[in-house]
Amino acid sequence: MSRLLEALAIGALTAALGLPAWSQGKFPSVGRDATPKEVAAWDIDVRPDFKGLPAGSGSVDQGQDLWEAHCATCHGIFGESNAVFNPLVGGTTADDIKTGHVATLKRLDFPGRTTFMKVPTISTIWDYIHRAMPWDNPKSLAPNDVYALTAYLLNLANIVPADFTLSDKNIGEVQQKMPNRNGMTTQHAMWPGNEFGAGKVKPDTQATACMKNCGGPTPEITSELPEHARNVWGNLREQNRTVGPQRGADTSKPEGKLGDAAGPVNVVGPAGNDSPNAKAFALTQELGCTGCHNMDGKLVGPGFTDVAKKYAGKTDYLEGKIKAGGSGVWGETPMPPQNIPDADLKTIAEWLAAGAGK
Amino acid sequence: MTDLQPQPAPASQPRGLVRKAPENFLDRASVREVESHGIQGRRGFIRGAFAAAMAGGAVLHATAQPADSGDGDPAILKLPKHSTSLGQPVAAHPYGLPSKYEGNVQRRQSPGLTQTNQASVSFAPIQSLLGIVTPSGLHFERHHQGWWDIDPQQHRFMINGLVKTPKVFTMDDLMRLPAVSRFHFIECGANTGMNWGNVAVPTAQYTHGMLSCCEYTGVPLITLLEMAGADLKKGKFILAEGADGSSMTRTIPIELVTSGQVLVAYGQNGEMLRPENGYPLRLVVPGVQGVSWVKYLRRVELGDMPYATKDEAVHYIDLIPDGQHRQYTSIQECKSVISTPSGGQVLLDKGFYSISGLAWSGRGKIKRVDVSVDGGRNWRTARLETPVLDKCLTRFNIDWVWDGKSTIVQSRAMDETGYVQPTYKQLRAVRGSRSIYHNNAVQSWLVQENGEVKNVQVA
Repeated sequence: MSRLLEALAIGALTAALGLPAWSQGKFPSVGRDATPKEVAAWDIDVRPDFKGLPAGSGSVDQGQDLWEAHCATCHGIFGESNAVFNPLVGGTTADDIKTGHVATLKRLDFPGRTTFMKVPTISTIWDYIHRAMPWDNPKSLAPNDVYALTAYLLNLANIVPADFTLSDKNIGEVQQKMPNRNGMTTQHAMWPGNEFGAGKVKPDTQATACMKNCGGPTPEITSELPEHARNVWGNLREQNRTVGPQRGADTSKPEGKLGDAAGPVNVVGPAGNDSPNAKAFALTQELGCTGCHNMDGKLVGPGFTDVAKKYAGKTDYLEGKIKAGGSGVWGETPMPPQNIPDADLKTIAEWLAAGAGK
Repeated sequence: MTDLQPQPAPASQPRGLVRKAPENFLDRASVREVESHGIQGRRGFIRGAFAAAMAGGAVLHATAQPADSGDGDPAILKLPKHSTSLGQPVAAHPYGLPSKYEGNVQRRQSPGLTQTNQASVSFAPIQSLLGIVTPSGLHFERHHQGWWDIDPQQHRFMINGLVKTPKVFTMDDLMRLPAVSRFHFIECGANTGMNWGNVAVPTAQYTHGMLSCCEYTGVPLITLLEMAGADLKKGKFILAEGADGSSMTRTIPIELVTSGQVLVAYGQNGEMLRPENGYPLRLVVPGVQGVSWVKYLRRVELGDMPYATKDEAVHYIDLIPDGQHRQYTSIQECKSVISTPSGGQVLLDKGFYSISGLAWSGRGKIKRVDVSVDGGRNWRTARLETPVLDKCLTRFNIDWVWDGKSTIVQSRAMDETGYVQPTYKQLRAVRGSRSIYHNNAVQSWLVQENGEVKNVQVA
């Protein structure tokens, strides 16, 4: 059969069988069917009804070992640390487990909100650990590891006992003990679909556009930044354009008088490129390195790219050399020891060791 | 406040600004400029620059003004170098950069807000932006697990769930399909979050800078769902998922998809998405908080229930006074802010100003913006600059003659549904002050007699 006839025959067959239009579609040759293995590789979400949850199990004890190896550096041994991220556990009670409402959320004197004070669904915890943790090595945990870590957290939150083993079989029972399982409402007007409160609930503020003599006689200032916070965000003078109807306030010194703003404005940053390389390079400018070092080729000292070539990968050596200074490697002009912050030193040494890219 | 009375011009008008020499005489732009002129040119330039630096008179950012002889402005009378010599060649910067004088206009982190730089925020400098479009390089950033520059040839987009045939698309596939381009705002749900309880940051960049607006180009998601044979009777929700380490997931109602609003986008302001904004593919969900605009988009699943993901069951939920949290709050309600003048700025002098700012609503178009220059007692309706687009930033401005007295300026937006932006008092009456997200209250800027503008809240 010729190709044309074949095509016609298939077309006729499709029409005769009433196959839906998507089977060949408006856009032939665009996209393809996903294989079952491809879908399995990416379809990792776990819903509140546990659809998507792989079979498996893990104990609190196993979880503790994994926790100390992979999680404690950021979250603390007991999930309580707020050094890097918000605390995970704390603030819930045995009574909350009964009611499904975390009572401390009503307390104005209890500012902290831990993950277990908020999360209504255990599926959320399982799904998130599985997809995104550990923070620097996500998707490295096997399902049983995730069960174990979830069990450990549940134990820290006093939801399950220390000898508990969490599995796909009993996770539904655990759900019934989540301290804030009844703590969510969808009765609001901020869902853009037809479900929940949509159409039934009005926006919660019903402001009107008063135009004349609104409010009291004189506005009263109820909140402003304290004077000592004036320069916390850096000099705001250098965070505004150098021309226009106003300038940034010079927060490096006390407030001036009207008219002072029209003085000189320092331009602080390279516009346009703020890639890590550009930042490292900007640092070399900020610290004065570019007074002696060019990007390529010798200036007073060797070019950055030449240094990078000679000491590729040798971050530690470069750190030491920048700190100590010296002469003889690139010529007799000595480089003085550099007293710069350790973090900056490291950034520059790493940038050089990685090739001094632009 | 007699804000419409003309003011006499100051006796002595400033003619120009004398700027001090910068600390670093070779900045990045200069280095590029030098490089573009080749080795000999560079050496010559550096020798020259060194000489100037040694002489203590290196001036990069502006020419020192000669003394005014009384005949007029030296900037006019003495022809500058750019009027009397040869300029730079074409393509000296194959991908152009902003002027070196614009170096202060940058996105910035707020000190102490986050402990890591990968799960963090940088704020767009909205106090210095013009019109409604955010330049791609100044678009705010919010990453949960760091950003990536992903090879577009290796990127795949999958559709599965309640579909006849799960599908895979390459970037080639997606870019072959008929595209649409639309302007929309994107605002993080936590924008202005630091102002919920009290004033905590000084400038519009930090109060309102998790806000950007771009032209996005891409394919309506509904087109792709239909290609997969989506069951739109059972499928009421989609889950969008990213390809990065966090593999961000969010639930989005099918109505926004079937109406054609949700885009699978690869274009931003005429170029491809920036890596920090999801290159090569992100979801565009007009009117909805930024967290739903999943970056590095790898998968969309069609389902029959919401997913309660981490960012809709632990974060991006709104605590209300009775101890409950509102879940799946997604729409960014009508809001506005005056960007000029705004906190951390100083007015140069008394006299005329065009107060200008931005207004937006996740429910549609902006209908009206009112401005008060007396702390909310009296209001005048501002001009809306065109275009006024659906779920897009709208620029407004209004004339103001400042009499030099201390006062408070505010803006208040209204959208096409008739919703009026609330005051802090109105918002806190229903939500308390312990919320983090969805603060759309009227912003107050105190203009002091010395011209300095401060972030304040008023009763």
